[in-house]
Amino acid sequence: MLDSALNVFRQGRNLARLMEGLWVTLEISAVSVLLSMLLGIVVGLLMTTRKPLWRAAARLYLELVRFVPILVLLYIFYYTLSRNWGINLEAKIVAVLVFTLWGTAEMADLVRGAATSLPAHQRESGRAIGLTESQINRYVIIPQAVRRLIPGVINLTTRMIKTTPFVFFINVPELTKVGQQIVEVAGMKNYMASFWVYAFIFFIYFAVCYPISRFSGFLEKKWEN
Amino acid sequence: MLKAKIFRVLVPALALMFLAAPALAAGELAKIKEAGKIRIGVFSDKPPFGYVDENGDHRGYDVYLARRLAQDLLGDENKIEFVLVEAASRMEVLESNKVDLILANFTVTPERAQRVDFAKPYMKVALGVVSPANAPVTDVAQLRGQKLIVNKGTTADIYFAEKHPEVNLLKYDQNTEAFNALRDGRGAALAHDNTLIFAWINENPGFVSGISFLGNLDSIAPAVKKGNTELLDWLNEEIVRLGQENFFHKNYDATLKPIYGDTVDPETVVVEGGVLE
Repeated sequence: MLDSALNVFRQGRNLARLMEGLWVTLEISAVSVLLSMLLGIVVGLLMTTRKPLWRAAARLYLELVRFVPILVLLYIFYYTLSRNWGINLEAKIVAVLVFTLWGTAEMADLVRGAATSLPAHQRESGRAIGLTESQINRYVIIPQAVRRLIPGVINLTTRMIKTTPFVFFINVPELTKVGQQIVEVAGMKNYMASFWVYAFIFFIYFAVCYPISRFSGFLEKKWEN
Repeated sequence: MLKAKIFRVLVPALALMFLAAPALAAGELAKIKEAGKIRIGVFSDKPPFGYVDENGDHRGYDVYLARRLAQDLLGDENKIEFVLVEAASRMEVLESNKVDLILANFTVTPERAQRVDFAKPYMKVALGVVSPANAPVTDVAQLRGQKLIVNKGTTADIYFAEKHPEVNLLKYDQNTEAFNALRDGRGAALAHDNTLIFAWINENPGFVSGISFLGNLDSIAPAVKKGNTELLDWLNEEIVRLGQENFFHKNYDATLKPIYGDTVDPETVVVEGGVLE
């Protein structure tokens, strides 16, 4: 019985299709994570400047994006933009755009938190031993801020990977959706197909996210001293 | 679970917020020919109507028709861009111009007809109720106070909520989830389109279709964006033309018969030439 249930992976290109679905998941999350890191640092630093206008703008962006559900953002960028203003974006572009908007906001807040959490005496001590401001940033502030940033960034990365199934909403066949397609076809005859396919998807998400999590642990340990 | 709720609450709200829609330009057919492909919204996980088979190819009754339409309009049955749609997003993808045409087992209802234009029907469907053979449900009265399994937002869901509030509904998103729930004994019976129930009991001895025709006989038709009369007129003529060569019976034999077996009379499902009898 187990053998017949597991046949679902051997039929046709089912296994290859799941891998193609995984590729879509990884593509969207990798591009979005990278863009979010870069843009998030810029927006996060804006939030720590002394210019009130920049800070207000960054703050507004953060609050707007972070508290609107991802599905609403996907809906607006995929359906509403096209229907009302004729801006017809491709589904994958919309996915990357929305995940980057969201990731940037989250990342910016992490950067702001890391940068402002360093006690003021760090900067003052730097000045006392005669370092210039850019030297202080380079040798004192940034190395410490980055260490504080790592756990949050890793957490954000795995969260973004696990949120990608939402793109089913704009008709992108990522891993979970492909799994569903397979289950719906095989499930007519094979009662256990849904169990094995979803168990496999569980394993894949774990296999992708666990190494990222371990890498973070490794960095933290390395930098402890 | 989440998605059905979100669609139901969110979609109308957002749709109301942005009611103004740009008018359709003329020459829709010319535009499709110029693009060299027609964009057709189909299901990817609803066998035997629209699904992706184990080789990754689109299959099903809707897809068979889709390929023929592409053949007759563009001269090549592969000049199609398939867009995978969900049951709840079928009207959205038309209104936001993501597809030219929906062929996704789309039941014609007056509410839907206000937002999209339906062509002539190519299939008909009524509700059916499937139950375990050792505890068959042959009359809706037997369901009073019992749990009945349905799929969210389907005609079965709407029919029982309106006409039989005395029946407790247990709702699921996916067909497989719903049928597995029936197998697990989570409800006394399951109500769905009778066509799908015929297909399922054929594979699952131990269950019977105690009620095979319930509610109105509904028709299933292609849908285009509201106001796209050029494509609509072409579809209507095409469906009549295809009726002359008995195309939809051939479609039935190719896509539905292997699943339904000989237990189902094709005349209960197929609509030929757009004429609902």
